[in-house]
Amino acid sequence: MRELYEKLKTRFPLGEFTDQRDNLGFITVDKDQLRPVLYHLRDHEGFSHLVLLTAVDWIEEDRFQLTYLLSNRTRSVDVGLRVMLDRGEPVMETIHDIWPTAATYQCELREMFGIDFPDSPGVMDDFILEGWDDLPPYRRDFDTKKYSDETYAHREGRVTHDPAEYMKKQLYPDEV
Amino acid sequence: MTFEWIQIPYSLMTLLIVIIYAFFMTALIAKIGARAGRRYGIRIHQNFLDLFKNYSLRSSITHGYMFYLAPVFRLTGGIGLLLFVPTIYGSQMFSNLSFAGDLILALYFIFFGTLGMALGAAESGHPYAAIGISRGLSQVTMAELPFALSVFAIAVQYQTLSVTDIVAAQQGGFMNWTVFTNPLAVTAAMMSFLGTMMRSPFDLHLAPQEIPIGPPTEYHSSYLALMQTNRNLFPVAKVVIYMNLFFGGATNWPVFFLKVFLIYLFSAFVGVVFPRFRVEQSIRWFMVWAVPVGIAAILLV
Amino acid sequence: MKEELQKRTVKGPDGFEFEVDPLNDYYCSEAPKAHPPAYAKIVESFFNWARSESIWILGFGTGCGAIEMRPLMTPRFDAYRFGVQWRPTPRQANLFIISGYLSVKTLKRAIRSYEQMQNPKYVLGLGSCTINGGMYWDSYNTIKKLDDYMPVDLFVAGCMPRPEALLASFEELKKVIKAGKAEGANAYAENFDWYKANQKKVIKDWDMPDYNW
Repeated sequence: MRELYEKLKTRFPLGEFTDQRDNLGFITVDKDQLRPVLYHLRDHEGFSHLVLLTAVDWIEEDRFQLTYLLSNRTRSVDVGLRVMLDRGEPVMETIHDIWPTAATYQCELREMFGIDFPDSPGVMDDFILEGWDDLPPYRRDFDTKKYSDETYAHREGRVTHDPAEYMKKQLYPDEV
Repeated sequence: MTFEWIQIPYSLMTLLIVIIYAFFMTALIAKIGARAGRRYGIRIHQNFLDLFKNYSLRSSITHGYMFYLAPVFRLTGGIGLLLFVPTIYGSQMFSNLSFAGDLILALYFIFFGTLGMALGAAESGHPYAAIGISRGLSQVTMAELPFALSVFAIAVQYQTLSVTDIVAAQQGGFMNWTVFTNPLAVTAAMMSFLGTMMRSPFDLHLAPQEIPIGPPTEYHSSYLALMQTNRNLFPVAKVVIYMNLFFGGATNWPVFFLKVFLIYLFSAFVGVVFPRFRVEQSIRWFMVWAVPVGIAAILLV
Repeated sequence: MKEELQKRTVKGPDGFEFEVDPLNDYYCSEAPKAHPPAYAKIVESFFNWARSESIWILGFGTGCGAIEMRPLMTPRFDAYRFGVQWRPTPRQANLFIISGYLSVKTLKRAIRSYEQMQNPKYVLGLGSCTINGGMYWDSYNTIKKLDDYMPVDLFVAGCMPRPEALLASFEELKKVIKAGKAEGANAYAENFDWYKANQKKVIKDWDMPDYNW
């Protein structure tokens, strides 16, 4: 993985590198460098498959991390590209022209994280949350329990046990 | 044969016997199919339960006049087919309303139900119904061709259009049956038989995994109950025609039950073994295999 | 509201212009009617027996429990021998199995399917998620109490219940139907406003008629 990183580094300004396994590594890329890197990986390094596009909410650092996971099918090697976005203004360039499947991921990210991808086809369509009117639910400042309690009626009598304590009580009642 | 009023209650009795027999036999065939898939299968009286259940539903909706009429048309096809051919040969009671030209009428009745269904399915407005019925019509039309050819061959062979006379000519030992005197015509007709029995590989208008379940998608409650009755009755009525034309008819009820069951089982066996055709494959199959046999049957008579 | 549901003027292929209002033209907005048992007791009992022995399930899997229904068709469990079979269309189905968690998006489809079924109809809540939310009790997107949105005849607890539990539940449902207590469709019609209010509370973009049969 490291030689791929070194090779890329001669061409593009790259950020931090994480060597996860022999066949998996993550590279941090600048927002405006992403497209040329993707093109290069697809056309010259054989990473022909976009496995997934997902996001992480780093609320403490006030940014979103987009992860583009690419796969080289012939060599069974995966590489992930990390792109950091400003949490206050989460807008990213669409890549649906490179991999059409990306449009679906971008649609989902727009709905779940509120990250906008202008010009991505159908990005403003309802995906799973039809008629959602609250904060995007995957953002970490969204309190899902509070929302659930306020929105959905719940049945009385639900009890929650700590699994470890509960099993201890069941199996060794004398020791408690 | 002259018409007598007593024939009407007699025919109704035939109808009742055949319907009850058809319900049990269809369940038995379903059971045999299930056993081929190593399942236990439905209960033997399940078809009656489903029928009563559907009649007992309290609400029903309609999509227009043709939606009402289609199940009626369909059942008319089945009952008409049964009533205008002799069920038991030589029995005054169960010869029904057969007359000199009943073979042509029977040919017409085989198609009648499908046409009625087409009108009703179109009225129901469901896209799957429209797809199913267009497939069904094209296939039935195609499957009808070898059967018509084979019927003409037999009409020429026996010089008559009366089913009773054809059965009469086949009496006196099984070597007189059409299946042995004219095997080509029977082969063509049996191929067509597969195509009209609504079983795989020719169940493409129902296509359970593809356009579930085709024409009757919108039918429910009593409408569906009527169609279920016909679904059980019609194949038996059709088998009766085949039995009369090709397999020597039946002179008493036990022979009737056995022959109908065996002829029906033929399509069930084929259905268990072969997967479903696509519509163009099915039509090509009839064109390539069944129609030339039918033409040969006419030429060689 | 979606574009295809909005009122608009359409020009036909023959040049004739006409107005289309999909919600009024394609659907009927009439509220459901209750159909109380109409016949003598002995006939009703006979019908209930037929209904209970011929249960047709709507082939609609709403959650992970749908995977537990499939084995029932296979040789190992073979539900057909109990008079149970699957129908692909709500018109012909009698039993709606809510198989597991029900997200708001699926709830909308489930309501539409339920309303298209014919009276009498039964609902079976499969899995803990339909009872009190189960492991999705704090989810932003799944309902926690199924019987607020449609009348439920029977719950099967578990996460997930095994196919044997489903077979046992069919036997239980048969008892309920034979006793004449499975009148969910009538309960739905009688408390229609309450059910509708609950449904509309969670389904934010209500873009269908109030009752679609």
